[in-house]
Amino acid sequence: MTLPTLAVHKFASCDGCQLSLLDLEDELLAVAGVIQIANFMEASREVLPPPYDVTLVEGSITTAHDAERIKQIREETPVLITIGACATAGGIQALRNWKDVDDFSRYVYAHPEYLDTLQTSTPVADHVSVDFELRGCPVSKYQLLEVLVAFLQGRRPNIPTYSVCVECKLKGNACVMVSQGIPCLGPVTQAGCDALCPTYDRGCFGCFGPMETPNTAALADQWKVMGASDRELVDAFRNFNAWSEPFRKESDRREASIEIGGVR
Amino acid sequence: MTNAREISVEYLARVEGEGSMRVKVVDDQIEHVDFSIFEPPRFFEAFLRGRPHTEAPDITARICGICPIAYQMSSVHAMEDAFGVTVGGPLRELRRLIYCGEWIESHALHIYLLHAPDFLGYESGIHMAADHREVVEQGLRLKKAGNTIVGLVGGREIHPINVRVGGFYKVPTKRELEALIPELEWAKEAAIATVRLVSGFTFPDADLDYEFVSLSHPDEYPFNEGRIVSSKGLDIAIAEYNDYFVEEHVERSNALHSQIRERGAYHVGPLARYNLNFEKLTPLDQELAHEVGLGEFVTNPFKSIVVRAVEVLYAVEESLRIIDEYEEPAESFVAYTVVEGVGHGASEAPRGMLYHRYLVNNGGRIEDAQIVPPTSQNQLTIERDLRFVLEEHLDLPDPELSWVLEQSIRNYDPCISCATHFLDLTVERG
Repeated sequence: MTLPTLAVHKFASCDGCQLSLLDLEDELLAVAGVIQIANFMEASREVLPPPYDVTLVEGSITTAHDAERIKQIREETPVLITIGACATAGGIQALRNWKDVDDFSRYVYAHPEYLDTLQTSTPVADHVSVDFELRGCPVSKYQLLEVLVAFLQGRRPNIPTYSVCVECKLKGNACVMVSQGIPCLGPVTQAGCDALCPTYDRGCFGCFGPMETPNTAALADQWKVMGASDRELVDAFRNFNAWSEPFRKESDRREASIEIGGVR
Repeated sequence: MTNAREISVEYLARVEGEGSMRVKVVDDQIEHVDFSIFEPPRFFEAFLRGRPHTEAPDITARICGICPIAYQMSSVHAMEDAFGVTVGGPLRELRRLIYCGEWIESHALHIYLLHAPDFLGYESGIHMAADHREVVEQGLRLKKAGNTIVGLVGGREIHPINVRVGGFYKVPTKRELEALIPELEWAKEAAIATVRLVSGFTFPDADLDYEFVSLSHPDEYPFNEGRIVSSKGLDIAIAEYNDYFVEEHVERSNALHSQIRERGAYHVGPLARYNLNFEKLTPLDQELAHEVGLGEFVTNPFKSIVVRAVEVLYAVEESLRIIDEYEEPAESFVAYTVVEGVGHGASEAPRGMLYHRYLVNNGGRIEDAQIVPPTSQNQLTIERDLRFVLEEHLDLPDPELSWVLEQSIRNYDPCISCATHFLDLTVERG
């Protein structure tokens, strides 16, 4: 029996999302029994030739070379799944998108002329068509497993698009905003972490990016009622999923209020 | 007739991140040896400017998915240094505990899935499992034991959310920690078995002259505190790092090459820690090291896998000690007042010393950041090793030669994602 083949590719990222595969300590060998790992450089020297039945892509597009490489990878697979905040929203490195990248290069490197880097860090879907986007910084390894199993079974992955609030309710957490006065992005952030931060007495900071149709403006207004400044709101929305459209627009709106004369 | 051989590995396997290796030999003379990093730059130090200091542990964790605790620990210690805060007692112990968890998971990953396949001749840990399933299963279970510690204390294994300046958001209960004991007792036996297993591998000969650099603490094997010492007499405070070390940006690499000023390459990581802190290991670790013939000062980089195994054992024993002595603190963090200033932090990431420096303004925002990860410190040493291994193995056919060269890079468990994008211009000019 020939097994379906899997490729895993990396772009600008921390390696954490592909590591999630190797973090499936109890399931890894079983997974390797039903999927042939055909091209996964972090795990194996062996590279089997394309095409690959399913391809996971981690990381954002930040160089001209990578913008070409992702097109090649798309041609080699019928199913391309992006994993993590970098691949689905540009990642924390998308903070450059509001700045002059040449200035960034000069700050970090003595010889910026050695670098090949684009002005922006963008999600994979800005460059090629993507069959499924799995959110998270990092992704949940169990959601990743669900996506792979769904692919093997030829069905849509069961990944909820509701907010972290639902997970808090399911866990029986008292709302940290209501009961402790801690600002929280949970009401606009997609579930997937099992309401991790509120469970640890901390406000959600948005690792899984925007939920489906989030009301960011209402949440931001509530944060202001609780004493947050516009600048703090810009920081909150400009994080690991800063370049996702709902968070980007909210942060731009709040930045505009600072410029109009709000308190910095 | 000239006989030119070029070996080029365009994308190194079983390392974290994107790196390549190129060597050229003409008539048995080495023409060039390059270990390059082509991981695209992400500019962390640039976009940290202006961010609240409280975000440093969360943002810098995203430099590396394999060793986020190292980034969180170096950053919070640097911030606390800037504000003149000391975190002691059970909170300090919890920081050592979560770091133990990271060492166990990161070392077990490297030993079993990334490095052992080189010694046993497999393309990957998955291939190895076909013939040695119980060995790989032991490695995965050991890795999971480490991840369970990180998951409990930190909230999750990759990019934990519970570390903050001053301590933690929420501390575990004694009962929650005690639940880990049975698996850690198993892990202790598994770690001993790991030391015996990997010390039985065949090691290429090497006896190299390095300047080893690591933290050193008077009472304990180093994680978060101590002085920076070397095997050639360096002994400085963490805050003096930039007076003695310098980074250079070279064309072939998106990572910066670190050197000791006027002395050159140095070596950080498990070998350095072990050689400079052997007497701080437990009696069991020392006895086992002697039993397997490891010696107290290791100069063969291929034996780093054995030293990693000894460190896994140490980290398991240290975890058990911390859990046994743990008393729940009344507060989950030490309160502090923000003051303008510079703070330095260094801690021992699984792959070596990680230095952070921040300038924070009186509003608590970061004005300047410098981060020096272990792999950029080891880059020159890795190239030197490649040159040595190449000379020793010129008689091998290209595929075998390429493999042993790759293996010698993996001796350092290089994390290329970490190494990319680091330099501070002020250091370059200094």
